[in-house]
Amino acid sequence: MMQINDPILTVDRVSKRFDVSAPWLNRVLEGKPRLLVNAVNEVSFTIARGSCFSIVGESGCGKSTVARLVTGLYATSGGDIRFGRGAEGRPVRVQMIFQDPHSSLNPRWRIGDIIAEPIREMKLRRDEAETTSRVEELLQTVGLAADDARKFPHEFSGGQRQRISIARALACEPELLVCDEPTSALDVSVQAQILNLMRRLQQELGLTYLFISHDLSVVRHMSDMIAVMYLGRIVEMAPVESLFNQPLHPYSQLLLNTIPDIHAPKRARCVDNGEPPSPLNPPSGCAFHPRCALATDACREAVPPLRDLSDGHKAACLLAG
Amino acid sequence: MTDTRTQPETTRAPLAARLARIADSDLWWSFKNSKSAVGAAAVLAFVTVTAFLAPVLAPQNPYDLAALELWNAELPPVWMQGGQMPFVLGTDVQGRDILSGILYGTRISIFIGIASVAVSLAIGLLAGLAAGYYGGWIDNVLMRIGDVLLSIPIILAAILVSSVAQALLPPELREAGIAAVLVLAIALYSWVQYARVVRAQTMVERRKEYVQASRLVGTPGRRLMLKHILPNTLTPVFVAATLNFGLAILIEATLSFLGVGMPPNQPSLGTLIRVGNQYLFSGSWWIVLFPSVQLCILVVAVNMLGDWLRDALNPKLR
Repeated sequence: MMQINDPILTVDRVSKRFDVSAPWLNRVLEGKPRLLVNAVNEVSFTIARGSCFSIVGESGCGKSTVARLVTGLYATSGGDIRFGRGAEGRPVRVQMIFQDPHSSLNPRWRIGDIIAEPIREMKLRRDEAETTSRVEELLQTVGLAADDARKFPHEFSGGQRQRISIARALACEPELLVCDEPTSALDVSVQAQILNLMRRLQQELGLTYLFISHDLSVVRHMSDMIAVMYLGRIVEMAPVESLFNQPLHPYSQLLLNTIPDIHAPKRARCVDNGEPPSPLNPPSGCAFHPRCALATDACREAVPPLRDLSDGHKAACLLAG
Repeated sequence: MTDTRTQPETTRAPLAARLARIADSDLWWSFKNSKSAVGAAAVLAFVTVTAFLAPVLAPQNPYDLAALELWNAELPPVWMQGGQMPFVLGTDVQGRDILSGILYGTRISIFIGIASVAVSLAIGLLAGLAAGYYGGWIDNVLMRIGDVLLSIPIILAAILVSSVAQALLPPELREAGIAAVLVLAIALYSWVQYARVVRAQTMVERRKEYVQASRLVGTPGRRLMLKHILPNTLTPVFVAATLNFGLAILIEATLSFLGVGMPPNQPSLGTLIRVGNQYLFSGSWWIVLFPSVQLCILVVAVNMLGDWLRDALNPKLR
């Protein structure tokens, strides 16, 4: 097993259950049971300082829930989230970049106030003059003009808003940035600009990213390590090239098959084998077995553990390796 | 809020820039292009300005009993046989000038309307924010209280509140306290509407990502509610407040008409109508007609403005 020196984040068998039952009175009157969704199930991973760790998967697989668990917006239902050492001996600062640039900025606040909010809230600068100059510096860092601080969010395009969102996240000098699908609401040409900006910032500021996406080509561009999630569990975790060259789990193979390739159009690929089951009623054993061409009886009985199959390449499949 | 950090340097824009922003806004454009809105606003401005300039404009101080002369009683308007200046719209049975009574009465009606809207807004916004933000039992308790209040007919509730309060108030406070009691009686009923609107909007806003982003940097719940969520819930509240302003004036007039509102020595429009109503069949129609017309003009203007605002702020009608 590849041991990570100086991890910035260790997620240890973390689970999250959501209660989606009907209100109490309806349950009593109509005899409905409690309904619990296991959005995240015993997920474990570590992120090395200065790297980019990506989580991919279809919608509803629990990847955004993992992001919110790490930032502390959700409390865990089980397991541990441990952070490494932060700069100057303080705890690691975690910030988040959100998916929807239209709802992540308060429409009634000026850009300057939006970016200054973390600075004011955490009292990172002594006075207003220092805060203002820090805001201008941040705006320039993300490629906007200093006098954009006076404008309102509706005066900006989606890509510019995402830059503002990044500037706000950088305002409190975080070490770990959790990016929840930061480019999925953007045009493809703008996506590349934002991703390049994020890479540049990673190099300049020594940031660590936890990058959540459903877009494998974006992930390949950004990451060092990739975890593939399916129905609340990590099914495969590997360094990026290893996963793209030799995916071990059938689900990862399915995901890679869905990427269109301009150099190999109309290649033979099997992408049509059903859709993810409801997390309210997950299949027994390996959650992927109803869609898996290779599934055996053993797959239907036990949940396969995440096994280390070759140097740092882990997969949760009984048949792999 | 005495927190100086909430008024940061970057939000302060010079007045001229603010006015320019307002003049450039969709709302102002819609206002300029709506004849009914401009008309209603002009009428409302005229009524309000004349009411608040009553001490200057009115030919007589109707509160000053010494100024009343009984031989001026029940004079008809000037354009009729027997009418005389300065009693343009005639006088009532005590020799009180109707026009002066209307001007002073409108002032009281507008004051009670504004005050009751302000009080009910304060209660309703806080209750709605707390119910929508915290949910759970706080939500249940506040909203059930609102449901119970709304199940009592407003006039009955207001009569109950104002008669009980007037019986409880010591006699020397009774005169002065009546206006406050009326405001409370009306506000006690109408805060529920604001609370419902704000609660629904708060439940939508608090899930949005900008609220989560702010929570990430440790903003406490109170500041999240007041600085982030509240400003984004206010649009429908403005519409409700405008329409409720007209409604509050009407409720006050009804209460005064029924005799539990403003007393005859501090007459509101409703009191004037009640007093005048007793002389309608003796032929002195002007005592009741002119205050009624004023009340009608005032409420129609407010409601037209409210209707325009509702349409102008409705994104689906743009």
